Amino acid sequence: MDLVSRRGRWWLPLSIVVLAGALLLGAYIGPAGRVTGANWHLIWTVRMPRVVLAALVGAMLSVAGASYQGAFGNPLADPYLLGVAAGSGLGATIVFVAGRANTHGWLIDPLPLASFAGGLAAVFITYVIGSAFGSTRSSLTLVLAGVAITSLATAIQTFVLYRNTEVIREVYSWILGRLSTATWRDVKLVLPYIVVSCVVLLLHRRQLDLLRVGDDEAASLGMQVGRVRLVVVVAATLGTAAAVSVSGLIGFVGIVVPHAVRMMAGASYRRLLPLTIVLGAAFLVLTDIPGRVLSHGSETPIGVVTAFFGAPFFIVVLMRRRLGGDAR
Amino acid sequence: MSSLALRDLTVTYGRRDVVHSFSDTIGPGDWLCLIGPNGAGKSSILRAVCGLARHTGEIDVDGSPLRLRSPRRRAALVAYVPQSPSLPDDMSAFEYVLLGRNPYISYFGAETAHDREMVRGVLERLDMADFADRSLGELSGGEQQRLVIARALAQEAPILLLDEPTSALDIGHQQQALELVDRLRREHGLTVVSAMHDLTLAGLYADRLALLHEGHLVVTGTAAEVLRAETLAEFYGVSVTVHHEPDGTVVVVPRRVTG
Repeated sequence: MDLVSRRGRWWLPLSIVVLAGALLLGAYIGPAGRVTGANWHLIWTVRMPRVVLAALVGAMLSVAGASYQGAFGNPLADPYLLGVAAGSGLGATIVFVAGRANTHGWLIDPLPLASFAGGLAAVFITYVIGSAFGSTRSSLTLVLAGVAITSLATAIQTFVLYRNTEVIREVYSWILGRLSTATWRDVKLVLPYIVVSCVVLLLHRRQLDLLRVGDDEAASLGMQVGRVRLVVVVAATLGTAAAVSVSGLIGFVGIVVPHAVRMMAGASYRRLLPLTIVLGAAFLVLTDIPGRVLSHGSETPIGVVTAFFGAPFFIVVLMRRRLGGDAR
Repeated sequence: MSSLALRDLTVTYGRRDVVHSFSDTIGPGDWLCLIGPNGAGKSSILRAVCGLARHTGEIDVDGSPLRLRSPRRRAALVAYVPQSPSLPDDMSAFEYVLLGRNPYISYFGAETAHDREMVRGVLERLDMADFADRSLGELSGGEQQRLVIARALAQEAPILLLDEPTSALDIGHQQQALELVDRLRREHGLTVVSAMHDLTLAGLYADRLALLHEGHLVVTGTAAEVLRAETLAEFYGVSVTVHHEPDGTVVVVPRRVTG
């Protein structure tokens, strides 16, 4: 009868086992063949950073999706659909255009920061528009606002790129993601942002449960709704922007993983957030594998694989929840 | 037991004042029922007391202003049962009632064993112990209403605000819910302020009624003083007969206008 019921107690250990399995599989499978003493150096410098980075990005995008869903009370909220990814892309583009070369000696790399600022601006505008024309709990307005902001950010990005054709290659290789060329340096770049973001979000899991009864009731129970929502959205956006800045735009992870976990283990955020972190990591490590082995020689971008699984799943979520239905 | 004093309470939505200088003092353990036609400002007064509506004027609990309290402290003094509560389908009854403990848990804190024990106790007192594991979506309207009251009780607040607590219930469950509130009021010395549409029920349970019209207080007093055919005709635009039963109950019966 408690929150962690007898049945629920096994979910976290079980998903940690799944993650460990995924990590091993990720390290084991690849063009360079099985792990042996001879190619250990190669595995360690090429395959391992990619696996670790996929785990970090998957954990981040999933927990950000779950947190946005809780903060906005909207089952379709997702870093991708809210415009966060596109806004981050625009922010990063501006850094490239302004002169990436000049930033080499900087103490803090401005790329994740610019991408964070862009992502935060996008989610903020989406939220303002979405709540101006309907309650944010009605999925439709928020998602439509997100679509509009995504288009706008992409349009501005295209405009900027056309006027600065010399950075197009750099920007596109960034947008399409660098999981395949990941190095330990990328891992080190995003790790602090993702750890901070995950810790802050985990600390808010009880507050997110409280928000499930809506703003007014949560406030009448003594919660400072605006402050909690702001902290959660800023933390989720910070982590997402950092993830996007190394992995490029990977869609649907933030929808697929949280909803799958809800179906299995229930909707309480206390259980949902830790599980989405662990299973989100496993999910992206596993979906990264087919891309490496499906087509010989050339890679299938991971965003293609997640969309392949994610789009049908998204439709299932729509059918289950019905647009504008009970959001939490 | 706590008293609630409202002084010159003016509630604003956007730029419009929806309640004008409402004043009233509700003694410890009393039940005041706000009545009045739709848009009279009943809900707005309740929402102002629990800090959900912008307002001017003073709201004092036991003589000290509520606005000086932190949101959590306020929630430990005033519990609110909204007119149409949101009940997440897949939340368990136990989890739902446990939300009522929020005022006693620090920002990053977690519920203690005492909180859980307390929630179990509340569920038992309301004969709902068997419902703990059930999810809200499986419960009937009457059971859900009892659960919302259970959550308010878990807040352990001396003041209970009820916004149309019976509007979604059939006559049997209406009586059950109001009897429950009355019982809890006596057992725990709760001070109750409710907004209700059913005038007969309002008169039956509340110690005192306050009739509002377009944000202004028209009259306040006992059921016999407030529920008068000519008063109701003037402010509700309704034609009624008012019966006074021998036991003091005031019954308001609508009359056909034509025929």
